[in-house]
Amino acid sequence: MRFELTPRPNVSPVMRALAPVAAFITAFLIAGFVIWLMGRSPAAAFDVYVLQPLSDPWSLQELVVKATPLALIAIGLSYCFRANLWNIGAEGQYVIGAVLGSWLALKTHGTDAGLWVLPLMLLLGIIGGALWGLIPAFLKTRFGVNEILTSLMLVYVAQLVLDYLVRGPWRDPKGFNFPQSVTFDPSATLHPIFEGGRVHFGALFALIAVLATAVILGRTLFGYRLKLTGDAPRAARFAGFSSKSTTMAVFAISGGLAGLAGITEVSGQIGQLQPSISPGYGFTAITVAFLGRLNPIGILIAALVVALTFIGGESAQILLKLPLDLTQAFQGILLLCVLAADALVSYRIRFVTRGGGK
Amino acid sequence: MTTFEAILLTIVTASTPLLIAALGELVAERSGVLNLGVEGMMAMGAACSFAAAITFDSTFLGVAAGILAGALMASLFALVVLGFAANQVGSGLALTIFGLGLSGLIGAPFVGARRDPVAHIDVPGLSDIPVIGRLFFEQDLFVYASIALTILVAIYLTRTRSGLTLRSIGENHTSANALGLPVWRVRFWAILFGGACAGLAGAYLALVYTRFWSPGMTAGRGWIALALVVFAAWRPGWLLVGAYIFGAATVLQLHAQAAQFGVPPQVLSAVPYLATILALLLLSLRHGRAIGAPGSLGVPFVPDR
Repeated sequence: MRFELTPRPNVSPVMRALAPVAAFITAFLIAGFVIWLMGRSPAAAFDVYVLQPLSDPWSLQELVVKATPLALIAIGLSYCFRANLWNIGAEGQYVIGAVLGSWLALKTHGTDAGLWVLPLMLLLGIIGGALWGLIPAFLKTRFGVNEILTSLMLVYVAQLVLDYLVRGPWRDPKGFNFPQSVTFDPSATLHPIFEGGRVHFGALFALIAVLATAVILGRTLFGYRLKLTGDAPRAARFAGFSSKSTTMAVFAISGGLAGLAGITEVSGQIGQLQPSISPGYGFTAITVAFLGRLNPIGILIAALVVALTFIGGESAQILLKLPLDLTQAFQGILLLCVLAADALVSYRIRFVTRGGGK
Repeated sequence: MTTFEAILLTIVTASTPLLIAALGELVAERSGVLNLGVEGMMAMGAACSFAAAITFDSTFLGVAAGILAGALMASLFALVVLGFAANQVGSGLALTIFGLGLSGLIGAPFVGARRDPVAHIDVPGLSDIPVIGRLFFEQDLFVYASIALTILVAIYLTRTRSGLTLRSIGENHTSANALGLPVWRVRFWAILFGGACAGLAGAYLALVYTRFWSPGMTAGRGWIALALVVFAAWRPGWLLVGAYIFGAATVLQLHAQAAQFGVPPQVLSAVPYLATILALLLLSLRHGRAIGAPGSLGVPFVPDR
């Protein structure tokens, strides 16, 4: 017996929309099975991972906080993935954005600098991420170097840059030798939207990015150009769209948004630089982008859903003694299921017994 | 043993896992499948081999478990990219994320445990030759196995009918399918071989190189193995050269850190990753676009009728 794939002549939009949901349920069932194998109760895990965070106002705020960087990065990645370009180094662009933005925060530390600090920090974050993202794009367009490997290698380099800074020149002299910078001044801190709340203004940036992207992709020539470059590169060339400038543009956009996510997280959430400033947002955002079907609104929903696995993972670690690695494993399985579901939407699978078919 | 000898020996130990993992990926890519899950399969190989070796107190069972874990991971990948014709880049990434997470789960109870060194083969007489004696005639079994595997893969790809079939499927799966060549079957086994090699490489890391397990211990070696395949222009012979150059870079970097030249350790730690980028860049400068890449690499196969 073996498979046969036949392309479906017309795909219903309902199926396309339901595919990620089906993938999510499948991934959940697999995770439940793994938890059962580990000798824990899947029902209790479901309660801790899903029901508890959703029924507690504090966790709901936390959900938005965690979804913010995911949505920002994933929105950026959707530009790359739509153009069939593989930026898998968003984690590095996030780190460099955070580093460059924090440079200003540390420079102005204790100087009574005014309101201009924060906007400039955010801008520097965007620039840092974009420049870091432009390295693989430049190597690809100028020399034909594969962007997958270079963008990934630069993640390790970025993490080492951050590590060097917080252990060396940027270490807080009064920090008891801990590898961390000074705590940012209020003028360099992104404040909560509501007094005493957890959700900071970064959430608004994510919303703006979503809406702007929806307009750009649906209503502008640039959006059309991305779609064409991804789906029919030859046609895009004939139409006069330079694939090189498209590559540079999408890497700059995705790097910039990842950088913004980085500085937003450091300034609004952590409040200082430390060796680790991300639980893998840059990689998880790849899952988020595909779970959201590369659609801005879809990504927003997907970011909230995947943020749930981070929060659930943290409480499961405390309540059920389930390691945090389970969350990462789940995110990997989820991405596999999403991609498989995508394929199932485009192709019909038939089982052929030996002798039958071709 | 002089320091120089010691450095040469560690270079061999550092290069071997890169070579083994890259060989597996090379075969998979030659059949037209790009599996970016090497890092994840390697991590699983390391975790499972270490867990088995400690539990049963047997290096042999450890290695077997590592190979099996890599192959199982690869079969999951094969199901998704062959069975469902899903996107290979995305699926490979997912496999890496999954493998890094799952290996953390499996390895967690074994953090802190240690294995004894694996026995080295000692060719009597020959291993007493100064410098090269120990280098060539007193290595562990895996080192010799990795060299033998390189030769076997080279012979298989260029001198056998089955290797020719595999290469033609990688070059153009539509034509190969029209000729009646079993595209799916060949790719399935090629992916499985790739996974087994990555698992073995992971086992070598955990049982010989470090002799302990820690989360994320693969530290990007799976990605470097992927880069090596490009660097070697999909040829096993060049893979051997490339793996040893990278192994040397890694080891010299560690020695430079120990010697404390006044360079921050992070700069030296970045060397292998920067070297990978530089190698890919130099290769592109010399040859233009990805020379030697199989024609159908990374393209999902859906037969038309």
